[in-house]
Amino acid sequence: MNVLEVSGLSKHYPIVAGLMRREVGRVRAADDVNFVIQKGETLALVGESGCGKTTVARCILRAQRPTAGEIRFSPADGETIDLAPLSRRALRPLRRHIQMIFQDPYASLNPRMMVGDIIAEPLVVNGIPAAQRQARVLELLDLVGLPAVARLRFPHAFSGGQRQRIGIARALALNPRLIVADEPVSALDVSVQAQIVNLLLDLQDQLGLSMLFVAHDLGVVRHVSDRVAVMYVGRIVEVAPTVELYATPRHPYTRALLAAVPKSDPDARDAAEAPRGEVADPANPPPGCAFHPRCPFAIDRCRVERPELAEIAPGHFSACLRATELPV
Amino acid sequence: MSGSLADDKLASAGQLRLTWLRFKRHKLAFISLFIVALFYSVAIFADFLAINDPHAVDARRGYLPPQAIHFFDDSGFNPHVNGMKGQRDMKTFKQVYVPDPNKKLPVTLFAHGYRYELFGLFSTDIHLIGLSTPQTLDGIYLLGTDALGRDLFSRILVATRISLSIGLVSVGLSLVLGILLGGISGLYGGLVDLFVQRVIEVIRSIPTIPLWMGLAAALPNTWSVIQVYFAITIIISLIGWTELARVVRGRFLALREEDFVIAAELVGASQLRIMLRHMLPSFTSHVIAAVSLALPAMIISETSLSFLGLGLRPPAISWGILLQDAQNVQVLAGAPWLLLAAVPVVVVILAFNFLGDGLRDAADPYG
Repeated sequence: MNVLEVSGLSKHYPIVAGLMRREVGRVRAADDVNFVIQKGETLALVGESGCGKTTVARCILRAQRPTAGEIRFSPADGETIDLAPLSRRALRPLRRHIQMIFQDPYASLNPRMMVGDIIAEPLVVNGIPAAQRQARVLELLDLVGLPAVARLRFPHAFSGGQRQRIGIARALALNPRLIVADEPVSALDVSVQAQIVNLLLDLQDQLGLSMLFVAHDLGVVRHVSDRVAVMYVGRIVEVAPTVELYATPRHPYTRALLAAVPKSDPDARDAAEAPRGEVADPANPPPGCAFHPRCPFAIDRCRVERPELAEIAPGHFSACLRATELPV
Repeated sequence: MSGSLADDKLASAGQLRLTWLRFKRHKLAFISLFIVALFYSVAIFADFLAINDPHAVDARRGYLPPQAIHFFDDSGFNPHVNGMKGQRDMKTFKQVYVPDPNKKLPVTLFAHGYRYELFGLFSTDIHLIGLSTPQTLDGIYLLGTDALGRDLFSRILVATRISLSIGLVSVGLSLVLGILLGGISGLYGGLVDLFVQRVIEVIRSIPTIPLWMGLAAALPNTWSVIQVYFAITIIISLIGWTELARVVRGRFLALREEDFVIAAELVGASQLRIMLRHMLPSFTSHVIAAVSLALPAMIISETSLSFLGLGLRPPAISWGILLQDAQNVQVLAGAPWLLLAAVPVVVVILAFNFLGDGLRDAADPYG
């Protein structure tokens, strides 16, 4: 069963100019995005900077109001509710079911609050009695591998990796059904990244969490996700189970991203496949397939016709006209 | 990990302590803090520290030059001042005073002088120093006297009270206006923000001196000293709030986008809780710093207004009023000590500026 179904999700930012603040254009940060997340599943959302993955994440969390589309979330089995049109007030009781892990572990913790208070805040806000809060904070600290004394310290006493653990503890405090992790490890050292990724995997096993894992790096995603969705200029261009996506990418952009993952063997590096040129401007995307100016496989049709996301193998979707013709 | 954490006292230090630690590293600001504290204690104990009645007029001792206290004479420790002898300067034909070494007036601590009310509560006549036997004409004039024979030292001390308190009251008023309007501006944004910001720009674009002149001229001259005092504070703060409003608005806008504020919203915290728990503690320190930088501007404002004769009027005593006497070059040539009233102004303004600087640097120990 699905915890989250996103359909037709779009977020456009108007570009205004002049005294009358007339709209002269739109940045299509997210355009007609569709995907589902099943219970207990991790879906990775991958793409270069500026492709709209953070926008999608923030729309699902309703930190932003989407321009169009539906975000059907199931707070409990057999129940679904569309988050997209809800008001701030109507959202408040639902917030506890979807929690976020932030990218920057330094900015996401209030430096003026003790760690115990930071982790307890979701409990306080949602009316958990004080007696239970203390026990829950200790339980959460233990869960993320921090000592109990940590609750009496301020965030400045902790390293980036430890702070990210605190952020994770806060996100888990209310037993959410869905965790949205916005590049949770990209601000950390490589050695610490592995620790945090393993922690997330363990927690998911223990708690049966569903997760949307946003990343720009296909290397990390491989270990975390069940399925991967690749985004380019506001649109999803390929969705597939992780193993399949890495083995047989069916979109030239995915191939380019995979080629960009650092390899330990210098002879195995594949310079030809690395993406050429710059990411397209989402305010003024190229006609046809947005990727065609950078695509080594582009044909004339690609310049005029925008391919839709189509299922080319069971569970494997690609938005490429030549999806089945690509060399493996 | 836990070992090093447990040892570290800093790890459990809150904002106040971190700010203090950082502030202490700023030596100049740290010294300034004591200077400012000293000035305010002088303001509180002005009458006790003063030697002569600041209002007592006697033309026979006009333009008396500064006198020094002598601690020793031939007989050993014997604090005294010399009496003054009047004579005619044969070049300018002006009356001048020179110390008379034969006339010794003993000085003691906790002497009896003019009557005053300490803290406005206890009537007393004890002063820190004074002549052991009060004289009719002679006295201790550490910084000389003005045209009417009033003791400049005592007047400067008593002036501290009005000059410094007017700054505090004006900043208090500006703070209320600034936080209210700046907060509304930053919180609601949009048209409200646009309107408040344009109003601030208009106010700031008006040259201050003519504006003050206009406003001060509108005060009826039948008003008492107290009424004028409050009118002046309001006039000064009507302009002063703009700076504070900008600081508050800026912090609001910056904080609204902070991850930890968004995090609080995502766990379902109410607007009120986010404001009180997350935003307010993050900008109080900035507001305190802005206040300590606004204070000297307010003090200068009052001094210049009074100096120009637009602010407080005698018999009120403020630094600006004392400096009014030093406007005339001819007077200054004969009695240069009248300019000494500018010294506390300069010292306290500098001290406030350094203090504000230090506070601003220390205000955000996490930044």
